[in-house]
Amino acid sequence: MNSKGRFGIHGGQYIPETLMNAMLELETAYRKYKDDPDFNRELTELLNEYAGRPSRLYYAQRMTRDLGGAKIYLKREDLNHTGAHKINNVLGQILLAKRMGKTRVIAETGAGQHGVATATAAAMMGMECEIFMGREDCQRQALNVYRMRLLGAKVHPVDAGTATLKDAVSETFREWTSRIEDTHYLLGSVMGPAPFPEIVRDFQAVISREIRDQLQAKEGRLPDAVVACVGGGSNAIGAFYHFIPENGVRLIGCEAAGRGIDTLDTAATINTGRLGIFHGMKSYFCQDEYGQIAPVYSISAGLDYPGIGPEHAYLHDIGRAEYVAVTDDEAVRAFEYLSRMEGIIPAIESAHAVAHAMRLAPEMSKDQILVVNISGRGDKDCAAIARYRGEDLYE
Amino acid sequence: MSELAKAFDHGKAFIPFLTCGDPSLETTERLVIAMERAGADLIELGIPFSDPTAEGPVIQAANIRALSGHVTTDKIFAMVRSLRQKVKIPLVFMTYANVVFSYGSERFISTCRDIGVDGLILPDIPFEEKQEFDGFCRQYEVELISMIAPTSKERISRIAAEASGFVYCVSSLGVTGTRASITTDVAAMVELVKKAKEIPCAVGFGISTPEQAARMARCADGVIVGSAIVKLCAQYGEGCVPHVEKYVADMKKAIR
Repeated sequence: MNSKGRFGIHGGQYIPETLMNAMLELETAYRKYKDDPDFNRELTELLNEYAGRPSRLYYAQRMTRDLGGAKIYLKREDLNHTGAHKINNVLGQILLAKRMGKTRVIAETGAGQHGVATATAAAMMGMECEIFMGREDCQRQALNVYRMRLLGAKVHPVDAGTATLKDAVSETFREWTSRIEDTHYLLGSVMGPAPFPEIVRDFQAVISREIRDQLQAKEGRLPDAVVACVGGGSNAIGAFYHFIPENGVRLIGCEAAGRGIDTLDTAATINTGRLGIFHGMKSYFCQDEYGQIAPVYSISAGLDYPGIGPEHAYLHDIGRAEYVAVTDDEAVRAFEYLSRMEGIIPAIESAHAVAHAMRLAPEMSKDQILVVNISGRGDKDCAAIARYRGEDLYE
Repeated sequence: MSELAKAFDHGKAFIPFLTCGDPSLETTERLVIAMERAGADLIELGIPFSDPTAEGPVIQAANIRALSGHVTTDKIFAMVRSLRQKVKIPLVFMTYANVVFSYGSERFISTCRDIGVDGLILPDIPFEEKQEFDGFCRQYEVELISMIAPTSKERISRIAAEASGFVYCVSSLGVTGTRASITTDVAAMVELVKKAKEIPCAVGFGISTPEQAARMARCADGVIVGSAIVKLCAQYGEGCVPHVEKYVADMKKAIR
């Protein structure tokens, strides 16, 4: 009875009829190119020469010693060109879009990292680019708005709803229904209608493939746990994917609890949401008793989303991955901790994963290995974190 | 014959849309009565949703106004139950999948039958996903309305073959809202539907003036108007009823 693109009961293609042929076209193109040698050669070339892959797997010696438990490795997605893991998926999808004959890409963005990556790749490919970003996020991430404009993209602030990531996604879907022929919606996370969750996962899976190979070279074994932050869940699924069949590897996603999962100011979907249908997929969503989507909150614009990708919902259902909640306060402390301890300023999103690693590592033994995915760098967050600490950098 | 089919018995059907609870459920009730009196053939009752992705700014704003007035699915059901004693006109709900799913699809759809709602339009449920709702719709004799769009092309005959009630023909790309002109060859879309199944076709999205309505009615069995009516509700608030009644009468006259 379930349609295609399912992860257990989750996923599917809950979209207006107007977009159905575009989704089918995307699916056909993806099936055609995903194992095509020329396509993959071109993608690998771009990932290596343009984005700077493979990203480093760095042994965090001081952090390991300080926490006194598991050996901690940081997967340095923050070192990629444009400063986050988002570029992995963007390069894959933009090559796909080009092969589909599209000349224009549109995308949503929360923290601005996906918008910047999309604008970057569009500039490199000579494609037209328009980014939709909640007005609230445009203010929180003004630097990224400027970067996108500098890269030649048009940025549309979205005033609808809560003026954050979910509204940016809605608005990008609306834009896509009005102009499909020459336009690819370059969706930035493992969410939305099929085949997006699968496409984005496959392009992000390079993260876990590298972790596996790099750790094999350094330690000759698999990690005991992999920790990553989860909004829609693209960096997490990328970091988890090749370890899913390895039952000895604990997979832990860190959701944004905002001011706490017992408050309304939270974005922790698995911890506070329930099953629903929204943004093209069946999954868990923060919503009220009548199915109205909740106005979620997190200090992190990139995790400030009321849903989670369908594959994560499935991994939760079957107990293969754990999803824990991390508050603003814990994330900010982790942001500061990693900066001082290792000289690495993580994105506030990634700081949610660091915060959980700080809880988990001391509970693990010294011969165990914990990998933390540093999905992005934190330069973009400095002004907001300073503000959180009561300091206004621009005054 | 189903209640919905009767909507197409009085010449070309005029199908107005309104958002329940904008500006209040009491006004919604008066609007439905006035629309029936003005010659509407079927009414689409929008159940507001927080994130209506198929709607343009006008209906998005109506959804927000309704929800900020604390309208809920249960309050709308109660309003329609009482309204049903006063009007005969066929009624369909237009809402988003999560509103139905979250209520419990069977509970929602069986309640539709209990209170006299004849059909359901879910713009985020395409042909491939309809099974999940259509089973209950058939069980409780509530017609799940199929939509076709200018991009549907070869999908039209498959969708039409399984359609019930009427086929909702989306006139243009994009979201709901008034448009200066409609360039899609709607007649060709309707023809493809009729080739697959003898079922009424109603055209919606972008229609606001009597001239547009008359032109669309020439190639279809009915015309759906939403944003233009919702604009009147926004403009006149509680006092919108006579304005909407006159508008509906003028539109029905234009397509008759």
